[in-house]
Amino acid sequence: MVTTLDSVDVVTVGVGWTGGIIAAECAKEGLKVVGLERGRERGTEDFSIVHDEYRYAIRYELMQDLSKETITFRNNRQQRALPMRQLGSFLLGEGLGGSGTHWNGQTWRFLPYDFQIKTMTDEKYGANKLPAEYTIQDWGITYDELEPYFDRFEKTAGISGEDINPFWGQRSSPYPTPPMKKTPILQRFETATSNLGLSPFMLPSANLSEAYENPDGQQINACQYCGFCERFGCEYGAKTSPEITVVPAARETGNYEIKFNANVVEVMKEGDRVTGVRYYDTQTFEEFIQPANVVVLTSYVLNNAKLLMVSEIGQQYDPESGQGTLGKNYAYQILPGASGFFEEQMNTFMGAGALGMSVDDFNGDAFDHGDMDFIHGASLSMTQTGSRPILHNPIPPDTPSWGADFKRASIENYTRTLGVGGQGASMPHRENFMALDGTYKDIYGVPLLQLTYNFTDQDRALHSYITEKAAEIMQEMGAKTVVAGNPISDYDIVPYQTTHNTGGTIMGADPATSVVNNFLQHWDAENLFVVGAGNFAHNGGYNPTGTVGALAYRCAEGVIRYSREGGSLV
Amino acid sequence: MAKNDKNFSRRDFLKTSGIATGALIGGGIIGGLIGANTNQQDTASSPPGTPQESLGSPGGVRGLVFFKNNAEFEILNQATERIFPEDDLGPGAIGLGVGYFIDQQLSGSYGENSKEYMQPPFYEGGITQGYQSRLKRNEMFRQGIQLMQQEAQSRFNANFVDLEGEQMDEILTAFQEDEIQMKGTTSLFFFRLLRQATLEGAYADPIYGGNHNMEGWRMKNFPGHQTAYINEIDSEDFVDIEPQSLGMEH
Ligand SMILES: Cc1cc2nc3c(=O)[nH]c(=O)nc-3n(C[C@H](O)[C@H](O)[C@H](O)COP(=O)(O)OP(=O)(O)OC[C@H]3O[C@@H](n4cnc5c(N)ncnc54)[C@H](O)[C@@H]3O)c2cc1C
Ligand code: SF4
Repeated sequence: MVTTLDSVDVVTVGVGWTGGIIAAECAKEGLKVVGLERGRERGTEDFSIVHDEYRYAIRYELMQDLSKETITFRNNRQQRALPMRQLGSFLLGEGLGGSGTHWNGQTWRFLPYDFQIKTMTDEKYGANKLPAEYTIQDWGITYDELEPYFDRFEKTAGISGEDINPFWGQRSSPYPTPPMKKTPILQRFETATSNLGLSPFMLPSANLSEAYENPDGQQINACQYCGFCERFGCEYGAKTSPEITVVPAARETGNYEIKFNANVVEVMKEGDRVTGVRYYDTQTFEEFIQPANVVVLTSYVLNNAKLLMVSEIGQQYDPESGQGTLGKNYAYQILPGASGFFEEQMNTFMGAGALGMSVDDFNGDAFDHGDMDFIHGASLSMTQTGSRPILHNPIPPDTPSWGADFKRASIENYTRTLGVGGQGASMPHRENFMALDGTYKDIYGVPLLQLTYNFTDQDRALHSYITEKAAEIMQEMGAKTVVAGNPISDYDIVPYQTTHNTGGTIMGADPATSVVNNFLQHWDAENLFVVGAGNFAHNGGYNPTGTVGALAYRCAEGVIRYSREGGSLV
Repeated sequence: MAKNDKNFSRRDFLKTSGIATGALIGGGIIGGLIGANTNQQDTASSPPGTPQESLGSPGGVRGLVFFKNNAEFEILNQATERIFPEDDLGPGAIGLGVGYFIDQQLSGSYGENSKEYMQPPFYEGGITQGYQSRLKRNEMFRQGIQLMQQEAQSRFNANFVDLEGEQMDEILTAFQEDEIQMKGTTSLFFFRLLRQATLEGAYADPIYGGNHNMEGWRMKNFPGHQTAYINEIDSEDFVDIEPQSLGMEH
């Protein structure tokens, strides 16, 4: 039996950054909003004994319970897709705040180049710079059009940073709070990159340098550099997260209700409109329908795509014909870098999730790609996030991975190793896509999402170019041994890389090549919005959430306008 | 220096402890025996400040919650000690209580794979597709430990726990090189699991039963649970901080 609930103005599926931003903005405008979240309520008060590497960073306390739902994966269409049976490559969020609770807080704006990548690449390098199977396209919005929304998100989050990077787009206002501490470890990077003629700057951080009250009146505290940040919740309320900003802002209006343990399995559609969503109470397995005037999918990249697929909204992408848009342009991230082994001990165990310095000299189109067999690049950073002992056992090459020599080397180098890491852009490829799996199901009986993904020649070329740059910086930093990262071959879902999955529900100016318009409104159902990094037409050389936050503010404006005026917003 | 000199060797220990081989049926029991009956101060694994505790069983006799007999448990102990041996830096896996940590983990959600997707059908899969076994972790451990004993018998005609360090290493290496046939999984996969669990037991907060007396953290200069580093992080010098466990909070 299915119980149909009273209709509301807006329902969001999931309450992370995107769900929280939509809720706060719409509720402030007087719309009645319900957030359906499959996980549980949680907040700062739950993080007083959070400095526990084993429980949170190894056993993934705050992350998705895969026994209920996962995805399947294969490197290519010839392979049999098999379930991701345990977490690895990316760590999906579950519960209030989503991944915004256990993120690092490195908060970037994608480059102007990113949004117009096709146009700008064609103009500068000709239309055949990349082979045709790389399906790069413009995003249907420019950096300048998105700038006000970046600004909104950064002010909500109180981002700590400094505007001295020559490669960024123009900013309408300075960072809300000054940059974090430039620690001795970061100073080494600053000196080395300056010596090399590069332009270092403090990484924009959502671990705040000082206490801050945001425009919604929410308080964010000053970071204490506790060293247990990414994969952990913040016990100080100092890491900007949905549950300490947009969620309370939405709740204070009286127009917002969150239903926990509510797992959405379908978006209901009638003709060219959606009517609400169907969900299971995860504790009783009772089924409910939540009718709504507007449905917003805010359930992260993977489930946003999956829910559209199971609800048969939009045309599934077919790699054979190149037709269809849903599931297209799945992209990920390339992680070039170099490690350096030093003589002296350093305070590597101290840190914060977004404490770092970066250079963008090799990112976007900051350097000439005329002679390169790839486009785009990577931000290169030295971060000091707090190395913890289970996961950090750095050993020089040729050291065995266990036994007496391993023990000695891993202990010796634990406080004597630094890394320069790149976040490399990831270009979409015709063969990298998402679809529904034909075999495996979640515990609600819904097919799992199927991921077909592998690194490409573009990725390999970019990776090796940036790896060399990272090694040069490490050399200049005075490491006694520099170890450049290995070249990449096939994508492996086992080791952690990043939770920066993108694409599948991409935005654009044309319904033939995108799923949503530039208000994140679905081309085939005007009262359905889909927001998240799934909207990215490719992945840039940064972490995604600054851009995701901007898109969520843009989407909220669209939902509000649609609720008043109706119709297509473009 | 020969590898063996630095490592705890079962044989050496037997010689110095003067305890008959027959008594060595399990870490718990031998630990208890030594702690109670002999003044085994000369084993270097006794963490400083805990003179009454000895090799094999920090805290004296501790119960097992997963393993059903001490023979299995002792094989686990010896294997983890080879992976993370005692040396002049400090205790190895046995001295840190890694075996107890693993025993407890195997009986809980880790061992039962309760947060993993365990629905059929099961296929072998490519290496990039990760864990595809129908076995739970605790089933893998049980099988892996039995196989270590079998290998010891077939290669050396002896119990695993009575082998020389190099002989144990030979067997562990065979697991790592994927040369041992396992049912439902590969020996490489099991070896990685064992290695990772050993490191987890060495460095997880002592509230989980390993990292005895925070000696794992001490060796590494990791101070465990500190509330904040805001006052130290600007320091040019390395800051040595006495570690603290979550379990020690007042
Ligand atoms: C360890 C880690 C570090 C990171 N560090 C950074 C960083 O430094 N900088 C950066 O920019 N990004 C970082 N990220 C990524 C960042 O966390 C995400 O981009 C961001 O939180 C995504 O927000 P979202 O709202 O799109 O999705 P999520 O935060 O994933 O929220 C989605 C919510 O929807 C819920 N949900 C899903 N499916 C359903 C369903 N069917 N029914 C009901 N509810 C559902 C989920 O439980 C979840 O709470 C990091 C991620 C991780 C894991
Ligand atoms: S490092 Fe700072 S922001 Fe991160 S959890 Fe610790 S106090 Fe919070």
